[in-house]
Amino acid sequence: MSAPALLETRSLTVNIAGKCVCGNFNLALNPGSCIGVLGSNGVGKTTLLHSLAGLRPVDNGEILLNGLPLRTLPRRRIAQQIGLLMQQQEDSLPATVLETALIGRHPHIDFWRWESHNDVNLARRALKLVGLDGLEQRSQTQLSGGERRRLAIATIVTQDPQIFLLDEPTHQLDPHHQLALLRHFALLARTQARAIIMSLHDANLAARFCDQVLLLFGDGELLFGSLDKILNSENLSRLYQTTVIPVKWSGGTAYLPK
Amino acid sequence: MRERLHPLPLLSALVALTVIALCVALAVGSVPLPLHSVISVLVGGGDPLARTLVLELRLPRAITAFATGGLLALAGALMQVLLRNPLADPYILGVSGGAAVGALLSLLLGVAGYWVSGSAFLGALISMLIVFVLAHGRGGWTPTRLLLTGIVVAFGWGAAISLLLVLSDNASLRSMLFWLMGDLSYRSGGWLPLVVVIAGLAVCLPFARHLNVLARGETLAEALGISVRPFTIAIYIAASLFTAVAVTEAGAIGFVGLVVPHMLRLLSGSDHRTLLPGAVLLGGSLLMLADTLARSMLAPQQLPVGVVTAAVGVPLFLYLLNRARGPL
Repeated sequence: MSAPALLETRSLTVNIAGKCVCGNFNLALNPGSCIGVLGSNGVGKTTLLHSLAGLRPVDNGEILLNGLPLRTLPRRRIAQQIGLLMQQQEDSLPATVLETALIGRHPHIDFWRWESHNDVNLARRALKLVGLDGLEQRSQTQLSGGERRRLAIATIVTQDPQIFLLDEPTHQLDPHHQLALLRHFALLARTQARAIIMSLHDANLAARFCDQVLLLFGDGELLFGSLDKILNSENLSRLYQTTVIPVKWSGGTAYLPK
Repeated sequence: MRERLHPLPLLSALVALTVIALCVALAVGSVPLPLHSVISVLVGGGDPLARTLVLELRLPRAITAFATGGLLALAGALMQVLLRNPLADPYILGVSGGAAVGALLSLLLGVAGYWVSGSAFLGALISMLIVFVLAHGRGGWTPTRLLLTGIVVAFGWGAAISLLLVLSDNASLRSMLFWLMGDLSYRSGGWLPLVVVIAGLAVCLPFARHLNVLARGETLAEALGISVRPFTIAIYIAASLFTAVAVTEAGAIGFVGLVVPHMLRLLSGSDHRTLLPGAVLLGGSLLMLADTLARSMLAPQQLPVGVVTAAVGVPLFLYLLNRARGPL
């Protein structure tokens, strides 16, 4: 018998306020894979990611983490293996940049212990990765929107889960940061046996960094499969209800709304 | 960049401040005692007058002041995380209003002593329960919902307090006003508040890292492995109980619960492993000093300690706030 998938869904159905986000979704997420989730605004990409993180009850079907039902696992155990990058973060109470990144270690540290040197090093490395090194002692309220976003990404990198659920990781980021971070996550998946599911607004980023895509059409209908089978102008035109044309370039095919 | 004090020197400094505040509270009064006689009383010697003054009058009152200040600052720090609102204080969810109505009702009926504190505690518990049940409602338990429920309930208590003040006769009016402004001369609980503050800190401290995470939002805390719902309910109950004990002991002493946590954030950052013990020490010593001033400044006239906490705390806090560059 083969090892269970990292994350598996069996006929998963998720509804939001009576509206079906995805119906009968079957997924087996294995180490090394990177899945892009595409769909128009309000279609339920965030809801799906939160469901996969075990933050809301599912309406039907089951989610398994390493073969065990997600809903029966303690929260801390889930957080050791699944990380979620959220779209927004609260920051009404002050904290420094380093303190904020360090909370990613929370699920890994035993109840009585403090952060070790290793934890602090992980946080510093994550801050360096997102280009916030040198700002460790700065209050996070003094950061710009894009810097806060990178800080949130540093927090999940510090958490270092096996499964990264990223909700709009490129939101608010400059193009060079977008590419650098997506490259980093794709590399993590390939070389360190991590798996990534991320919602994206830009189908071209999915085309460059993902090996599978999930298209959510908003009425429970979905298309899921490998990049070359699913990502084409016909499906994207239907997804965004606007004509999308393929443009060949040296790096492959880009899709532009006409 | 703001300069931050390292936790260990800061906590040592606060322990030293507490000891100094205790010595001042024991030495100052209608009969001033020199420091050496205070110390000799504490180690078991001293003349009978000094012994009576220190052990029977001043020490119990200083202990009560310390415990009350510590409880208020601890409750304030917890409320600020629970509501993720820097303006939250221990009274924001109406606990003190309920306690005040209870206390004023018993003062209006002409009873005194334990009846006043008993009914104040009962009022605080009733208010806590009302807010808890109403904020739960049918939907989720969001900070906004909790905050609005608490503020509206507190507003209701405020109206009831005004009504009771209008209905009361001149004789009880004065003691009612003193109660409302916060006053330590009705000390009743003995060692109980000190036991509560020590036990409360011991219970909260292991969860300080959880508070650091919760301060960054409920969904993030849940995603980082905290069962948010039971945890927030526990914080609410703990903070409300601390407030109820403090209010029962000393009336609604303003300012300590709101400002002490912020002072510490400005001094040493927002790690709750430093913040919680620091808040107990700083809140406790500030209130000991304030109470000493309140009973000695215009002696034999006693001032309500709440007036003094504001008189000392407002300039101190404004100074710290002004010194810190950039936003909080």
